[in-house]
Amino acid sequence: MIRFLLRRTVTMAVTLLIISALVFFIIKLPPGDFLTNQIAELRAQGESASIAKAEFLIRQYGLDKPAWEQYLVWLGVMPGPNGFSGLLQGDWGWSFEYDKPVVDVVGDALWLTLLVNLAVVIFIHLVAIPIAIYSATRQYSVGDYIATFIGYIGLATPSFLLALILLYYMNRWFGISIGGLYDAQYAGEPWSWPKIQSLLSHLVVPTVVIGLGGTAAMIRRMRANLLDELGKQYYVTAKAKGLGPTKALLKYPFRMSLNPFIADIGNLLPQLVSGSVLVSLVLSLPTVGPILLSALKSQDQFLAGFILMFVAVLTVVGMLVSDLLLAWLDPRIRMGGAR
Amino acid sequence: MEAPILSVRQLTVDFSTDAGNFRAVDGLTFDIPKGKTVALVGESGSGKSVTAQAILQILSKKARITNGSLLFNDPSNGGSIDIAALPAESDAMHALRGGRIAMIFQEPMTSLSPLHTIGDQISEALMIHADVDQATANQRTMDVLNRVGFPDPKRALRTYPFELSGGLRQRAMIAMALITRPALLIADEPTTALDVTTQAQILDLIKELQVETGMSVLLITHDLGVVANVADEVVVMYRGRIMEAGSRENIFRNAQHPYLQALMRAVPRFAMAEHERLTPIREVKSARLASADAPKLVQQAGPILKVERLTKSFTLRSGWFSGKTREIRAVSEVDLALPAGKTLGLVGESGCGKTTVSKMIMRAITPDAGKVLFDDGTGPKDVHKLEGEALTTYRRSVQFIFQDPFSSLNPRMTVYELLTEPLRIHDIGTSDERYERVKHLLEMVGLDQRALRRYPHSFSGGQRQRLGIARALALEPRVLLCDEPVSALDVSVQAQVLNLLKDLQAALGLSYLFVSHNLAVVDYIADTIAVMCRGYIVEEAPKSSLFRNPVHPYTQALLAAVPDPDIDRPLDFTKLRTGRFSQPSEWPEPFRIQPGEFGVMKEIEPGHKVRMGRLSAREAA
Repeated sequence: MIRFLLRRTVTMAVTLLIISALVFFIIKLPPGDFLTNQIAELRAQGESASIAKAEFLIRQYGLDKPAWEQYLVWLGVMPGPNGFSGLLQGDWGWSFEYDKPVVDVVGDALWLTLLVNLAVVIFIHLVAIPIAIYSATRQYSVGDYIATFIGYIGLATPSFLLALILLYYMNRWFGISIGGLYDAQYAGEPWSWPKIQSLLSHLVVPTVVIGLGGTAAMIRRMRANLLDELGKQYYVTAKAKGLGPTKALLKYPFRMSLNPFIADIGNLLPQLVSGSVLVSLVLSLPTVGPILLSALKSQDQFLAGFILMFVAVLTVVGMLVSDLLLAWLDPRIRMGGAR
Repeated sequence: MEAPILSVRQLTVDFSTDAGNFRAVDGLTFDIPKGKTVALVGESGSGKSVTAQAILQILSKKARITNGSLLFNDPSNGGSIDIAALPAESDAMHALRGGRIAMIFQEPMTSLSPLHTIGDQISEALMIHADVDQATANQRTMDVLNRVGFPDPKRALRTYPFELSGGLRQRAMIAMALITRPALLIADEPTTALDVTTQAQILDLIKELQVETGMSVLLITHDLGVVANVADEVVVMYRGRIMEAGSRENIFRNAQHPYLQALMRAVPRFAMAEHERLTPIREVKSARLASADAPKLVQQAGPILKVERLTKSFTLRSGWFSGKTREIRAVSEVDLALPAGKTLGLVGESGCGKTTVSKMIMRAITPDAGKVLFDDGTGPKDVHKLEGEALTTYRRSVQFIFQDPFSSLNPRMTVYELLTEPLRIHDIGTSDERYERVKHLLEMVGLDQRALRRYPHSFSGGQRQRLGIARALALEPRVLLCDEPVSALDVSVQAQVLNLLKDLQAALGLSYLFVSHNLAVVDYIADTIAVMCRGYIVEEAPKSSLFRNPVHPYTQALLAAVPDPDIDRPLDFTKLRTGRFSQPSEWPEPFRIQPGEFGVMKEIEPGHKVRMGRLSAREAA
């Protein structure tokens, strides 16, 4: 077990290193960077004071150095203008666009993103699993067809469109504005009970909108998995023992059909951050998605690089968690091969 | 007379399919007396399993009991219930199911959940039906596991099904069924998936438990040998109806119905005369065989295929988290010789290494040591050193027939494509010539040439196996490796395929290496038989002398364990009870082989060789 964890940790570190290189060089691929673009713009307007500041920043962050040198400094394995100060030392860098450290830009947004998407994941599972069980156990019944039909609509509806429609009608019928994650008056306020209440009431619509597509997909997959398992002999054995239908179903085929979803946790975590960008834009949610989008557009390299690395870490850790969970839940994986 | 445990009266089960209603069980009437074993016999598709499912009301959703009654007389309280009138999910039905009527299934592999421990699954059966706490349930589970022969019941509680052998899994299933002390046990092909020695032990166990608890058993099987050994009464089914029913004596001594007579003639038995032929229930005529152009054979000096000191080990990794590995020797110094035009039978239980040997002969696996020599008339050559043209020629000369006719034919290819594929790969003939060749092949295996445009799924198991044989013959091979070619087939079809193989050998001068676990089948088809156990060839002899005078303890156990469909030759259960015949280090002297040793083959009469331990061999010398 210890050996397994050690081995995994080493491969994780190597994977992250490769990802960081890829991330950095892909961001650097388009010609120029945020500051040189800005300087060109300022020159055109003839503002020499700002130009001086921009040129100072270029030197400060070493943007005049070759890309590989910038990469090593960003990583923190090579001394930059400020000595060793990079990701490894916990210095996420400077956002030129916001003119603030990356930590301050991302800070709250990161936690709100995780919150929104966690709510989405819980929503998906709470809604999808019972519907999937219903539809699988009553295959080809009217209820199954209705669930299937609604599922396909859910899959086919673009979520940003649904967001726009809800935005309009919620305001018209109930007079509530669902944009943002809390009322405008709380923006910039410290966290307080009314602010949390406001947050929770604003959370409902984004959760449903973002979760709908995922719910529909999950119903389809769960139904298919369960149908496979329902035909298995061990389920007949359980029924022949005299177990009631619900208990037999939940203890045996349902548990077996969960495996692919546990294996999916690794993919789920990064989606928590990078998914739902469109909906966040439409509903003007203060999440990481829109920030990442604008950072990539304006070549705000340290900000974009940090968010992408964060997603990468989540992916790798998620994979490890799902592997460990699988081994814990499924004795065949835990002890497999020993036979 | 005492009332029977279960009276089945006019039972009718209908399946609703897209093509309309299908009557799987049609007016079935029989009784299961108290404390007796009733065997339900028939080919697959005869409705025997559906009958069992109807008794427990665990039919699939498409099936419905449309008529008749299932009167269950519970001896414990004298009550009498009509099961057919109970709703499938009523409390009364739940109490009966697993509580008063329990069932065990054919596949011990898939009948237990791999995610739950044996202890959990067995104690659950008790806790559903009796008001006991987990601790008591665990104690009772250990008692019953001990009774069915688990060596360490306490450890078994925490074992998962995949850690157990097939035999132990089936014992766990029996423990699960019996922990509630049911009045009726339904056993649906309980030993079909097991090796013969294990089969004998499981049958013995069921018999013993029946005497102890006084329960009745409904045994569903297609194996007349099993029926002859354990049944008190026999019901023969065909297409959902009863063909014949009666006591075991009556059925075996005095079979009346032509179907039953035909079924009995189709099963290979040990006592068959030298040139006696099996009679399949539905005979297949092979049109071309008499006129088949026997290839011009070159006579070789020695055997056509020879295997010398073949050895192969596999490395196993134990567990996901540990880096530990284990060496397993699958094949240990195997020597075999296959004379041209003859059949060599290779017999052994599952996992003994017989398939590994056949794969090494095919050159699908590379041996660690030893040689495979093939002689096409130009002198023996080492198969594993062949290259280029010589290798292609070898591949053409040796073909394989697989066990499973369902998965060995590509479902997306027509019969024509399947049969011409070998010709295309080896670039033989023009497309007209290939067409002629394929027509010829189909006639040889007794199929109509209208089959050419059809896909494999539209054929029955036996027809598919004949397609597999036709495909193997496409390249005019000299040797066929048959890996359990009939063990996935029904008894009625088995005879067809065996006869076909015999006829083909006579007409084309083929040599067969026939791998099987079924001794009666090997006895029917082979000239020489080699018995394999744990990677060793333990005994090799011409079939007459092997069956007349089996010397090795493993061969003796194997022979004693085969149930013969002849009530005058019952199984000797006491002899098989002692147990460990497949452990080389526990064989009695002079046969004992210590781990790491190979032992030596010793000839005791002409052509009859037995493996001895090193020590005793040296003493003898």
